[in-house]
Amino acid sequence: MQRFINNPDEVVEDTVKGFVKAHADIVRLGSNPRVIAARHAPVSGKVGVITGGGSGHEPAFIGYTGRNMLDAVAVGELFSSPTAKSFLDAAREANGGKGVVCLYGNYAGDNMNVKMAVKLAAKEDITIATVVANDDVCSAGPDEREKRRGVAGEIFMWKCAGAKAQQGASLEDVQATAQRAIDNCRSIGVGLGPCTLPAVGHPNFLIEPGTMEVGIGHHGEPGVRVEPLKSAVEIAQQMVRIVLDDHDLAAGTEVAVLVSGLGATPVNELYILHDTIEQEITGRGLAIYKTYIGNYFTSLEMVGATLTVMALDAELKRLLDVDVDCPARL
Amino acid sequence: MQQFDNASAGDIVLSIADRIIENRAYLSEIDGKIGDGDHGVNMAKGFGMAAERIRGNDMSLATAFDTLGTVLMTEIGGSMGPLYGVMFTQFAETIEKSSSIDARTFSAMLTSGLDGIQAIGSAKVGDKTLLDTLVPAIEAFDGANADGKPFPEALDALVVAAEKGRDGTKDLVARIGRASRLGERSLGVLDAGATSCALILKALALGAKEKLQQSATASD
Repeated sequence: MQRFINNPDEVVEDTVKGFVKAHADIVRLGSNPRVIAARHAPVSGKVGVITGGGSGHEPAFIGYTGRNMLDAVAVGELFSSPTAKSFLDAAREANGGKGVVCLYGNYAGDNMNVKMAVKLAAKEDITIATVVANDDVCSAGPDEREKRRGVAGEIFMWKCAGAKAQQGASLEDVQATAQRAIDNCRSIGVGLGPCTLPAVGHPNFLIEPGTMEVGIGHHGEPGVRVEPLKSAVEIAQQMVRIVLDDHDLAAGTEVAVLVSGLGATPVNELYILHDTIEQEITGRGLAIYKTYIGNYFTSLEMVGATLTVMALDAELKRLLDVDVDCPARL
Repeated sequence: MQQFDNASAGDIVLSIADRIIENRAYLSEIDGKIGDGDHGVNMAKGFGMAAERIRGNDMSLATAFDTLGTVLMTEIGGSMGPLYGVMFTQFAETIEKSSSIDARTFSAMLTSGLDGIQAIGSAKVGDKTLLDTLVPAIEAFDGANADGKPFPEALDALVVAAEKGRDGTKDLVARIGRASRLGERSLGVLDAGATSCALILKALALGAKEKLQQSATASD
């Protein structure tokens, strides 16, 4: 393992320290050092928009803190949910008196900690409404959507909800917009190489040379199958097929496309994938309205990529077009 | 009546923390087979932080449980932070008004810890989680009490059932948490939470037995 770390048990602390220094114009450290808040937060009379999740996915989650995006983010250990207290403190930092939406991913730890934070917040008259993302197609069947994990579709959920909140919408409306955004998202990951938690010191799982794991999760959760590694064209075709077969979209539907690296895949390979992804999506009669290519939601140094397709309507298009000012490029 | 003093029994929690810290690498290794591989790391971090706050402070068992539970809930996160955090704070609440702990109080304590876990989590027995250790352990303890067994023997029964429950997770398919995505591929591997729960219950039972022996000797 060759990594830029100091004490493996303090990777998150050290990450946060550098992050806050680098982006001091946009973010600040919360009174709880496991919370990143936007400099402008809280905004009086605006619904607060927060999330939280394990570290190791940078720029997610902290990098999406900023104007028209997230007001505060709870920071967890590597690949591990933030505490209930951190979610609560994020809500406090974001609360402008109109309630807070917590938009997070469907993982057992996050579900429990958010649930406890909602209860704790209610005691101090902060209403937290929640939306749990479950866009990862391969993590459970279509009849069990409530079991699916949340992955890069969360970025679209945050962007739409952040813009909606900025327009002065009510808590219910921001929550409904976030829900619609994530309901319209489908994602898939393909893994080519594993990742290592520094404190553990060896890879959590193996991907044999010459193979790929189709449907891999953001923490190396096993996919639906392991196959011989194919060409980028064939992989991209397969990714589009899996995502769109789960998504009953009428011809002519406009979509947003996000292709993210998982940490150790060169960005040029994401463009190689996208060359075919674009062809496959438009070949199915869909129109691509907006495209995002880059390392938007990573998994330490995993080799691999994810594809997210979000179906758009007129309002989601408008919300997606709102400029944001956050450390991650969007 | 077999019982031990709540006051000064906080060192039982230190021995629980010692077992968890000793097993840091082992817990991470079994977690790594079907989970993230960070169970030992996070558990050792939380139990270690709690031990630092307890050590040298001559705490009651209730206060030590509360200290541990609070650290896990506010500092650790993940799934294990809230689950064990709730369990230990419930333990603390149940016994805080008892100056001495007999088998009945001990049973009430375990049951209330279990209730706390079930209130925030959605796992059931058989889902390959710590409940597969905790639930049969409590049943065995209560069963031994109902049969009129002495407190120390009931504690032995608790440990046997906990370890049997832990071993049984090898034959279970994970239905919740990160490992559940493996389906059948989670067979043949111990559940990390069930394993740490067995370590905790064993250290707790041994600590309680030692206290019972000390108070029996003292009253001779």
